[in-house]
Amino acid sequence: MSEVNEQIAIDHGLKKDEYKKICDLLKRTPNITELGIFSAMWNEHCSYKSSRRHLKKLHTKGDQVIQGPGENAGVVDIEDDDAIVFKIESHNHPSFIEPYQGAATGVGGIMRDVFTMGARPIANLNSIHFGSIDHEKTRNLLRGVVKGIGGYGNCIGVPTIAGQTCFDESYNGNILVNAMTLGLVNKNKIFYSKAAGVDKPVIYVGSKTGRDGIHGASMASAIFDDKIEEKKPTVQVGDPFTEKLLLEACLELMAGKSIISIQDMGAAGLTSSSIEMASKGDLGIEIDLTKVPCREQNMTPYEIMLSESQERMLIVLEAGKENEAKKIFDKWNLDFAVIGKTTNSKNIELFFESKKVAEIPIDFLAENAPMYDRKWTKAKLPKESKFSKNNFKSLKLSECLNKILTDPNIADKEWIWNQYDHTVMGDTIQKPGGNAGVVRVHGTNKAVAAAVDSSATYCHAHPLTGGKQVVCESWRNMISVGAKPIAITNCLNFGNPEKEKNMGEFVECVEGITEASKYLNYPVVSGNVSFYNETKDKGIKPTPSIGGIGLLSDYKQMITMELKNNGNYLFVIGKTDGHLDQSIFAKNILSNHNGPPPEINLFNEKQNGMSILNLKNKNLIETCHDVSLGGILTAISKMSIKGDKGVKLFPIEGLVNKFEYFFGEDQGRYIIEIKPENLENVEKILKKDSIHFDKLGIVESNQITYGSDLKISIDDIKEGYKNWLKEYMVN
Amino acid sequence: MKSSVIIFPGSNCDRDMDVALKKFGFKNQMVWHNDAEIPKSDLIVLPGGFSYGDYLRCGSIAGKSRIIKSVIDFANSGGLVLGICNGFQILTETGLLPGILQQNKYLNFICKNVFVKIKNKENKYFKNIKKEVLELHIAHNEGNYFCSNDELQSIEDNGQIAVTYCDDKGNDDENNNPNGAIKNIAGIFNKNKNILGMMPHPERMIDPFLSGEDGSLIFENLIGSM
Repeated sequence: MSEVNEQIAIDHGLKKDEYKKICDLLKRTPNITELGIFSAMWNEHCSYKSSRRHLKKLHTKGDQVIQGPGENAGVVDIEDDDAIVFKIESHNHPSFIEPYQGAATGVGGIMRDVFTMGARPIANLNSIHFGSIDHEKTRNLLRGVVKGIGGYGNCIGVPTIAGQTCFDESYNGNILVNAMTLGLVNKNKIFYSKAAGVDKPVIYVGSKTGRDGIHGASMASAIFDDKIEEKKPTVQVGDPFTEKLLLEACLELMAGKSIISIQDMGAAGLTSSSIEMASKGDLGIEIDLTKVPCREQNMTPYEIMLSESQERMLIVLEAGKENEAKKIFDKWNLDFAVIGKTTNSKNIELFFESKKVAEIPIDFLAENAPMYDRKWTKAKLPKESKFSKNNFKSLKLSECLNKILTDPNIADKEWIWNQYDHTVMGDTIQKPGGNAGVVRVHGTNKAVAAAVDSSATYCHAHPLTGGKQVVCESWRNMISVGAKPIAITNCLNFGNPEKEKNMGEFVECVEGITEASKYLNYPVVSGNVSFYNETKDKGIKPTPSIGGIGLLSDYKQMITMELKNNGNYLFVIGKTDGHLDQSIFAKNILSNHNGPPPEINLFNEKQNGMSILNLKNKNLIETCHDVSLGGILTAISKMSIKGDKGVKLFPIEGLVNKFEYFFGEDQGRYIIEIKPENLENVEKILKKDSIHFDKLGIVESNQITYGSDLKISIDDIKEGYKNWLKEYMVN
Repeated sequence: MKSSVIIFPGSNCDRDMDVALKKFGFKNQMVWHNDAEIPKSDLIVLPGGFSYGDYLRCGSIAGKSRIIKSVIDFANSGGLVLGICNGFQILTETGLLPGILQQNKYLNFICKNVFVKIKNKENKYFKNIKKEVLELHIAHNEGNYFCSNDELQSIEDNGQIAVTYCDDKGNDDENNNPNGAIKNIAGIFNKNKNILGMMPHPERMIDPFLSGEDGSLIFENLIGSM
């Protein structure tokens, strides 16, 4: 085996001073296996070295929180003995190199994070971002990613209930694939990764170890260049069938009392899983690599430690329970091997063919991992654009609307979610395409809502406002289905943290997320950071994805967004000032990309949301939809299309012009449908609570009309909205 | 009435089927694929999923599994065997039902509501269902039914076509064919009509809060006709 030197360390993605630190800590030169372990643990993906100090500021507490960040996933209380385990994670770099496998293993990885904690996965979600629709790679990447997500989730039998798909040229060279899973667990039976006790057997279960994915985590911590095709072998290959077996076997073992701690082998495989378990338990760990089940011949200790083969778990068992556990894994036809034990040395010690091949104090890898206070720059709030009458003069509402409804970021995404099994498990009561997906908590009256949101345009224009906005948007999605918002998970996708601007975007988005989640009591309980989403010096727009969950104590009270009955009234809750900067309308119709994103007023946000829940609890709302991208008219159109009903819009009042009113993207707004007999009551409650509302219109016929300015049939707008993506994909 | 749902390691609609059968009054039991015998049953169900990962061909390995011999014996003695989705694929692999299920015509997994037309009510599955057209749900990648011309002739002659894809009015033409199946076939019987294989999932349509309720009609009819 080659002698380790500085160049080899640099080839492993370590910096010169990091290599020097390793040699200083060890007081010797590491061997190649040890270097591999350091490089895996110290890369950005595993060590969070650029983000750690900022993540500490996140708001992570609340009565509902059972487990915050730091475990395999977050856990929140949903009353009775039930808890939801959930997390979102990125698989961006692998998905760009190999879209099918990259996306599939992203789904597999996040599901393992959830069932590792003893929870049965009950719903999957995803947020996927692609380059411009004109970019040559976009179609194939989209097709591959969708097939990969479906291929994995469909096979396991977990419904994919919601998601988000965006297109923007900043993702031309770096697509984003963020996968989220929710699992259901009894709150008294949660499993953690912290090992405890000395001389406890360390068990390897699941698939055999192969040479796939070696250095996957390092790859995910690097920027791309012209040679990315060469990185294909670092992409893992998934086998959902094995994952299904592993899921069932683990849950069967968890029903007993033999597990002390359990950890899935995700990024950096056996290395990070073994080190994390020992580190959390303040223990040492000893592993005989000869005993690791291998798929290929002559694998070296280095390869075994760094492989990212999928569908594998590491378990610390109570001593003497090995046979009992083995029986379960035999039943499910999975490998089971006792590969080591916990020790009190506080070192990781690896043996191979009876020789010690590595020994490193665990705190060198965990606590002593580098932490950087990277320089960052604060973003200025851009000046508001001034639009004059001339900007709107030749515009027609119907033409603007048609253009917006066929914008790639607005158009219907049914082509995608029809490829995901969204109804398996028999509890999906709100399918993709609504405000949020909703699944019942099996066998109870409760249901859990979930959605994923991001708004890179706003975050790019002003990261602090953008960070707040994404959290609020997620909160609104929960409110819109009638769920009480509970908690969030975040996937922070950013460019190169070594660049001050990118680092600033990260810092300020985190600040925004923190401010909003604290105010709304909507804490962050899990997540991950994906930096270095950059190709040939071009980074992505800052894209924090927020996965939110909410609780419905009675699923029969769920609200949907399609218009229900002719003669019902429509109100807009929240004030419309007609903010056009950074809106779809400004970009698409006025070709203006400047200005600040819409302002977030957290006080109004909370008041408006709570008043909607209050009205729902009094059974006064038939329909609800939050107003987001594309403004009021876009929202109304979607509600009309879904319900196959038209709307007569009332004349608008106030100073804003009709384009600003109908397409402005002011925040904190909802459209609700009210039965005539409840009208008076609703108005009274809203006035009493000092909630701003506009009477928007009345449900009638099969067209949307606004005086003589707009008359458009639902069938006409439906055509473009529903078919855009299908047509794009066949061309 | 007693029913048994066979669980293969990759089955994933086994619980949903268990819930549905119990909801409509069956005393259901789950049977592990590696068992040799099936407890006394009036109905055996092969549920949806990916049995053994669906490597090689969907359902092919399940068609050779330990439990399957008992299923075949039960079916040959006239017992009711219902295969849904992957269960349908398994039934064609065992030869209990003719034909095969190929990959969907447009090569994509499809999960959505569809309408199917009941083509034959002279059997225990559909006997007393008043409706002609049911709204059901499909979720599959390999549901494109195919068989030879001779087989098709014999299937038609013997009234073995159970359900066909159609629109809400019952038009089962090419415009209403989601996956390319020959003659829009969504499900078929054996000659004796005691075995039914179909791609749509009735167990996902048993509650107004789910995708619909027409699946209930099949279960209600089954328990009523026994």
